[in-house]
Amino acid sequence: MLDFVQQLVSGVALGCVYGLIALGFVLVYKATEVVNFAQGDLMMLGGFFAFTFIGMMGLNYWIGFAGAVAAMALFGMLAERVVVRPILGYPQFSIIMATIGLGYFLRSVSGMIWGTDDFKIDTPFSQGVLRIGSLVLAHDKLSVIAATVILCTLLYLFFNKTTLGTAMRASSENMLAAYYMGIPVKRVVSIVWAISAAVATCAGVLLAPITFIHSNVGLVLGLKAFPAAVLGGFGSIPGAVVGGVLIGVIESMAGFYLAEGWKDVAPYIVLLAVLLLKPEGLFGLHVRKKV
Amino acid sequence: MRFLFKTDYEDDIRLFPHSGYVVSYGLLLAVLLIAPYVLSSYLMSQLVFVCIYATVGVALLILTGFTGQASLGHAAFLAIGAYTAAYLQKYNVPFPVYFLAAGALTGLIGALVGFPALRLQGIYLVIATISFAFIVEEILARWESVTNGNEGMRIKALSLLGVTVSRDSPTFYFLCLAVLVLTIVGTLNLLRSPTGRAFVAIRDSETAARSMGVNVALYKVKSFAISAAITGFAGVLFAHKLSFISPEMFTLQLSIEFIIVILIGGTFSLNGAVLGAIFIVMIDPFLTYLKDDMPGIIAGIAATFGAGTQGAANVQSKVAAFASLNGLKGAIYGIIIVLFVLFEPLGLYGRWLKIKLFFQLFPLYKRATFKRQKIYVKSERNR
Repeated sequence: MLDFVQQLVSGVALGCVYGLIALGFVLVYKATEVVNFAQGDLMMLGGFFAFTFIGMMGLNYWIGFAGAVAAMALFGMLAERVVVRPILGYPQFSIIMATIGLGYFLRSVSGMIWGTDDFKIDTPFSQGVLRIGSLVLAHDKLSVIAATVILCTLLYLFFNKTTLGTAMRASSENMLAAYYMGIPVKRVVSIVWAISAAVATCAGVLLAPITFIHSNVGLVLGLKAFPAAVLGGFGSIPGAVVGGVLIGVIESMAGFYLAEGWKDVAPYIVLLAVLLLKPEGLFGLHVRKKV
Repeated sequence: MRFLFKTDYEDDIRLFPHSGYVVSYGLLLAVLLIAPYVLSSYLMSQLVFVCIYATVGVALLILTGFTGQASLGHAAFLAIGAYTAAYLQKYNVPFPVYFLAAGALTGLIGALVGFPALRLQGIYLVIATISFAFIVEEILARWESVTNGNEGMRIKALSLLGVTVSRDSPTFYFLCLAVLVLTIVGTLNLLRSPTGRAFVAIRDSETAARSMGVNVALYKVKSFAISAAITGFAGVLFAHKLSFISPEMFTLQLSIEFIIVILIGGTFSLNGAVLGAIFIVMIDPFLTYLKDDMPGIIAGIAATFGAGTQGAANVQSKVAAFASLNGLKGAIYGIIIVLFVLFEPLGLYGRWLKIKLFFQLFPLYKRATFKRQKIYVKSERNR
């Protein structure tokens, strides 16, 4: 029983990371119908920025964190301006390929700049543990869970309660109509990318004590975040987090109870099953076309 | 320039639109046939890889380019073909039999993947094919009684009609070339058949195709099966060329390389698939060239322009350091993909068409002929 709870909690913590990356996918998808295959790499880059600020320049953790988030938000805008804006509105496939190319580029260039070693950031959470009875919970995992809940709530409120959030949803439904209604579509898309890169950075920094930072971490985790986003229904913010948590729990349970090898494929088997049975996901909008 | 006046349907679906095609492709084939007696063994080896990649590129083109079903899982089909060959070869099955068996099995699995894919579109299909590829990769690593797990499998040289054909011999190259040519001719014929027209109709508009009486589900599955089967054939050749296969060769990276093949070549033309294959295979020799010869050449140029011996040596070491950077290949891939998507969505073949049109229309050529129109989309979610 204790094993089960322990696995459950570490699964939830891992799942929250997937959820955070999936949040980035969902934000961009929700606002622009673009699927950003480089999201995991943005996370990796955010981790490296934080490492540079905290580990190499010796800044305070929180200042370094904020610096990395700000730098990545700018970088997200830049990436949107250079890679995505010229092809916004073209078939999905072009944009998928462009973001895959961006991911390749970021991975290799960060490998060139920071080398291929594993890096680690000392965080205020990396030491302590919380004991409830005989259950041991590491602070870094709890911090991931807490941060996910906070970020998710903020983003949910942002999308549903603010004018900017409404503008984003409108421009995703129909870009031209949104433009005619006076929404600055280009600026909206730019802001979405900034937010999504910032969220990815949060994931990268929170993850640093758990999986370390190296140039391929984004690829591995980014591909795990896809099942999370699909499971929750691409385009639903609570869905991304719930999907992430489910995937994390499934993965850690499969790693613990099933034979070796199941751990890595279990998320994808679940993903295929979900796509087959309920392609719109758990929280996705089921739209029926009327003729 | 030559104007083609088409007066009936037969003119429209002719395999060779005019005699110029016969002459130019005949010449190309002749050059390819004498190539092994002229080129170095290294270049021949690259040429074999070009043939294999081009075959997979054509297969992917049928699925992605003509039916409009994106797939990032073709490395898995290649792996299934390669492993079927390796497994059957252990039991002394003759080459023609396991060659066909690999194609048949891969085609069957492709059809099985096609069924779930019927309900999926766009991004969901991409993700589903990625997960399929991951699952296959994991199965190859774990099913040790058949695949030998992560140890990998050795493949003996193939024997055809009692003659052993080593992987570096001209005969093996001719075999690969024959498979490629047959695939291309077969695909051209497929495209002018009702099936191929149905594929293109599905790509252009599924709704329109359905209302014209095309059985969309059937043709989508067909497209998956044909594409997978051709990839399976290529897999057998791939396994023989490498003579050793292991699960970590058939990763997402390879699937992406196949997509790059058709993306760079041009997602609508068979010529493009071959051009793209040449491009992908030649990146490695190009990087070697960059590493070995380029620094010297640039230093030589610097020396001629009065940089002095010290300066030239300086330049040489800097260029060499740049060329041997870790992960330069990935960066080049990334930049090239982005540049092609942004500036040349029709690919290398599209560029060729543009150049050709420029000379055909010489004084009257307008730059805006190929200008992309700005598109605004409605949400795909409501489609």
